[in-house]
Amino acid sequence: MNPPQHPFSVRPGAVHHREQPVFWLFRVATYFILACGAAVFLNIVVKGAGTVFKTEAPFINTTFLTEAPESLYIFEWEGKKMEMGDREFRAFKEQNPAAAKVKAESFVYSAGGIWPCIVGTVLLVVGSMTIALALGVCAAIYLNEYARDGAFIRFVRLAILNLAGVPSIVFGLFGFGMFVIFFGWNVSLLAGWFTLAFMVLPVVITASEESLKAVPKGFREGSLALGATKWQTIRKNVLPYALPGILTSSILGIARVAGETAPIMFTAAYVVRDKLPWEVEQLGDFFFQGVMALPYHIYVVSSKIPQNEYTERVQYGTAFVFLVIVALIATVSILLRNRLRNRYRW
Amino acid sequence: MESPSTASPTDRDKAANSSVRMGTASLPAGTDPSAPRSPASRTLIDIEHLDFFYGQTQALNDISLKIQDHKVTAFIGPSGCGKSTLLRCFNRMNDLIDGTRVPRGTIKIHGVDIYQPDVDVIELRKRVGMVFQKSNPFPKSIYENITYGLRLHGKTEKSKLDEIVEKSLRGAALWDEVKDRLHANGLGLSGGQQQRLCIARAIAVEPEVILMDEPCSALDPVATAKIEELIQELRSRFSIVIVTHNMQQAARVSDRTAFFYLGRLIEYADTRDIFTNPANPQTEAYVSGRFG
Ligand SMILES: Nc1ncnc2c1ncn2[C@@H]1O[C@H](COP(=O)(O)OP(=O)(O)O)[C@@H](O)[C@H]1O
Ligand SMILES: [Mg+2]
Repeated sequence: MNPPQHPFSVRPGAVHHREQPVFWLFRVATYFILACGAAVFLNIVVKGAGTVFKTEAPFINTTFLTEAPESLYIFEWEGKKMEMGDREFRAFKEQNPAAAKVKAESFVYSAGGIWPCIVGTVLLVVGSMTIALALGVCAAIYLNEYARDGAFIRFVRLAILNLAGVPSIVFGLFGFGMFVIFFGWNVSLLAGWFTLAFMVLPVVITASEESLKAVPKGFREGSLALGATKWQTIRKNVLPYALPGILTSSILGIARVAGETAPIMFTAAYVVRDKLPWEVEQLGDFFFQGVMALPYHIYVVSSKIPQNEYTERVQYGTAFVFLVIVALIATVSILLRNRLRNRYRW
Repeated sequence: MESPSTASPTDRDKAANSSVRMGTASLPAGTDPSAPRSPASRTLIDIEHLDFFYGQTQALNDISLKIQDHKVTAFIGPSGCGKSTLLRCFNRMNDLIDGTRVPRGTIKIHGVDIYQPDVDVIELRKRVGMVFQKSNPFPKSIYENITYGLRLHGKTEKSKLDEIVEKSLRGAALWDEVKDRLHANGLGLSGGQQQRLCIARAIAVEPEVILMDEPCSALDPVATAKIEELIQELRSRFSIVIVTHNMQQAARVSDRTAFFYLGRLIEYADTRDIFTNPANPQTEAYVSGRFG
């Protein structure tokens, strides 16, 4: 081997040999995760798009997006194979009395659409995030601005952090016991809101506290030194700057609230409901009605009914719409957050 | 060095009147300007036998000191000797720190003990403004920075606010530099401008006293010189207490100087005496740069 030409020339050794494999390990791990995510995502998009979009105008399957689920009837008629939803089939039978005797196969939930589920999910997300943000920000303000740091407050923080690790089914059962039975709210929007809110509260509180902590102490001192009260200081000179951070955390919360099935299946979700949420007699009833929801609908159509090619269409279509809706809500929140963030910068 | 009597009577009257305007139940307004006064010795802040604790650590030990009205008083001393602590007692900013207490002694402003439970801290802080070591303009526009304190206290009339903004910025020697961008973010200013913005913000609410905690420690020499000039202008309208690390600065801007060491007041006298003819050997050692 040649002697080194200059002091910085490469001397082969163990450290150098390890460099390449380590680099590849990290790279492969990253791309592997990416590939898995992409596979799931593409699968849903490709198969779901077949349900949601059509080849002829208006290219969007409006029935699927605007109607309630129905049973699908399949039968032979004058040598042709017919596919009809429940209502369509009944109208058809009235027009053609001969069809009354036709032997039709029926598949539940495989026709119609998922409009009530979309409405239900949006209502659940908006309501529970409102509650979670209101309660969570209050708690974070208390913990970070008012409470004296002592053993008890540290214990409260620890408890909140641990709450974040509680499985969602436990929150579901808690909501069922607390809101549905003990408070007597039955299976209702209100019970679902609070159950979901409690589920994301730990995340919202922790993140809100972090955002409040990130606001420099000088802003508080400067405000107080001008003769502001504590609440004036928080309201005018702390909270506005913390809000973008708080919203960032709640964006993650949105995806979770929208996606969880376990907390709502005992508290808010109906397998099927004919009426839309605003079809109530008085305003008060609005809060005490159950709703259909996208994740629960996916659960029902993929595991509670006999599987076949027709249910698969609904499953993928629903999952696809679900992804789009979560993305939409998150986009709106991100835009809102960015607007706030541009207003206050330090 | 400017002599204290250069503060013109009209300026004094203005300051006294403004404090009457912001009158309060718990703190009496400044003494009647028409009353006879001995020019050199009207006491504004009277500290007697003050002890101060952060939890178990004693930061101030038996401090007695009379700060005079419409003078610039400098606090000097090595790091950690309690200058900031004492300064923050005057507007009770130490209340914000858990576990602080004043077990002994009094601080009287216009004869009222500000640590009595019936004193409204809000009112106190309106009267005793503060400029911090690390300049802390709020991440709002220059205009909003100045009006922040005014809005808190219920002033919302646009024309009045415009007027005060201009007056305060002129008062802080910042107007010419920012008059075209009043609605730009205050954090876009240079370090020295930011500190002058903080001074403008403090004088906008017309305090009687302005406390400055090492206002130039983060600034370059040019910005420092500007602030020192500004202090010379403000001295006619406000009483100023300034903490400084820089002894030349104390010598340049102040009338009276207090030297602290390890939580005790070592010497308090006219600035000239402290620097030319200190009574205490420790003071002598410090001002001549032999320790600290
Ligand atoms: N928030 C605090 N908690 C506990 N001790 C403090 C705190 N602030 C200052 N001290 C202590 O009090 C003493 C005086 O501090 P300070 O007034 O900041 O000194 P200076 O401003 O003269 O440098 C120092 O010993 C310092 O360690
Ligand atoms: Mg200090």
